[in-house]
Amino acid sequence: MSSFAASGEAKLRNNRRGENIIRFDSVGLRYGLGPEVLRDVTFALPSGSFHFLTGSSGAGKSSLMRLMYLGLRPTRGRVVLFDRDIAMTKRYELPALRRRVGVVFQDFRLLDHLSAMDNVALPLRVRGVKESEVRKHVPELLNWVGLSEQINAKPPTLSGGQKQRVAIARAVIGRPDLLLADEPTGNVDDHIAMRLLHLFEELNRLGTTVLIATHNQSLVDRFSQYPRLHIERGTVVGAG
Amino acid sequence: MLGRHSDLPLKGDATSRFLPWLVALMVYLSAVSLAGVFVLNGLVHSWDHDVSGTLTVQVQPVPGEAGEALTDERVRQAVELMRRTPGVLAARALDKKQILALLEPWLGNTDVVKDLPLPRLIDVIIDPDANLELLELADRLARSVPGATLDDHRIWLSRLINLSRTTEWVAIAILVLIGCVTSATVIYATRTSMAVHRSVIEVLHLIGAHDDYIARQFADRSFALGFSGGVIGLALAVPSLTAIGWAARRIEGGFLPSLSLPITGWVMIAMLPVIAAVLAMLTARLAVHGTLARMP
Repeated sequence: MSSFAASGEAKLRNNRRGENIIRFDSVGLRYGLGPEVLRDVTFALPSGSFHFLTGSSGAGKSSLMRLMYLGLRPTRGRVVLFDRDIAMTKRYELPALRRRVGVVFQDFRLLDHLSAMDNVALPLRVRGVKESEVRKHVPELLNWVGLSEQINAKPPTLSGGQKQRVAIARAVIGRPDLLLADEPTGNVDDHIAMRLLHLFEELNRLGTTVLIATHNQSLVDRFSQYPRLHIERGTVVGAG
Repeated sequence: MLGRHSDLPLKGDATSRFLPWLVALMVYLSAVSLAGVFVLNGLVHSWDHDVSGTLTVQVQPVPGEAGEALTDERVRQAVELMRRTPGVLAARALDKKQILALLEPWLGNTDVVKDLPLPRLIDVIIDPDANLELLELADRLARSVPGATLDDHRIWLSRLINLSRTTEWVAIAILVLIGCVTSATVIYATRTSMAVHRSVIEVLHLIGAHDDYIARQFADRSFALGFSGGVIGLALAVPSLTAIGWAARRIEGGFLPSLSLPITGWVMIAMLPVIAAVLAMLTARLAVHGTLARMP
């Protein structure tokens, strides 16, 4: 993790601590002609903050996350990410913003035909990082998440917890400014869960803004120093 | 290009199996059409040159014992008249040996042919830019030299050239059609492949891949498939064209000029696999960009 961390520290970030890295103003979202799944969502995440996103199943956590990682555009309201109003941003400019967001998907979304190494390398390769750099950093990170033995293994041969760690490694390899994790500890034991949360904390200390969606109350309680966004029936009802 | 890294598992696609064979068929048909275009173009050029630069005067043989000398005299008069005509560059009477050589493909080389009362021919070369009044010249020739006629082969040769040119354009249209069908097939294959790999494309999209990063992978695969199919098509077309050329040479006579394919034709045909591959690559790239543009 050392060189990974060192290069993270060296990285110049555009957003200073305290400024909002993402802001939602009265955002609404509906799928097709269906009812609104998100209504009047208004909140902001300061740069360098660490938040939990809580809420019951079906409350809208995943939809909110999709808006944040630009998997969807809002049907109304305003989303500002890295000081860019998404509605005003040209489509060809979005990949540059997406590269600054690391995402741990709830269903992992690993590519089954690629090895753990190649899955984790994806964000670097889409940025055109040199293969020598890829071969240096990816094994290091996989080693850190305890998967040095599975570096050439393909996802179908990995356990749920191992897949999750590959997904997390893929989300953080590019040292994102914003890390979004949807139930990142759902399939791992307590020891690994704590290790992963400490990884997120370390990234946060290096300047990455972290938002973790979870319904694991004990996990939230163990890290009670971090504020929460709570979503209920499609609306963010409180922080604390 | 063929060995570049790819994140998409395109090698196992069903489209990978049928696309090369379809491109092979298209390249085969294109090669035959292209060969036709070049051969017809050569024919038209040759005929066009002939029709715009030459005329033939025919002098009927005079029967009887003194006929040979009288015929020679009439030929001499006709040659003189033609040479005096403005716009005529040269006029030359063919001897009997040359006339027999012209008839040989049809009548053979027998003594019977040599004894036939053959008309005498005068080969006239005219200035293509001269505005020669052929009807007036024919009339003057008929009045001045008994038994002499001007063979204006321009009319039927022009019709033949028109037919050849039409056929040439049809062959070009077939080539364009083949290109369109190939493109449509590549678009269908690419879209099918994109639908199969939608989840992979979504992941690449969400981690910040530009559309071109994804499109390049489909384009590279299409290039490889198009090229391999093109090589197969070319390998099938070359023996076919060689066989057609061999058969054509057997029927060549005085009527048909050489039907051989020029070197530029062979070069163009040899380039067909590359053209097919580039067409497949560009089409796939455009198809992917078009589909990805609908993603957020």
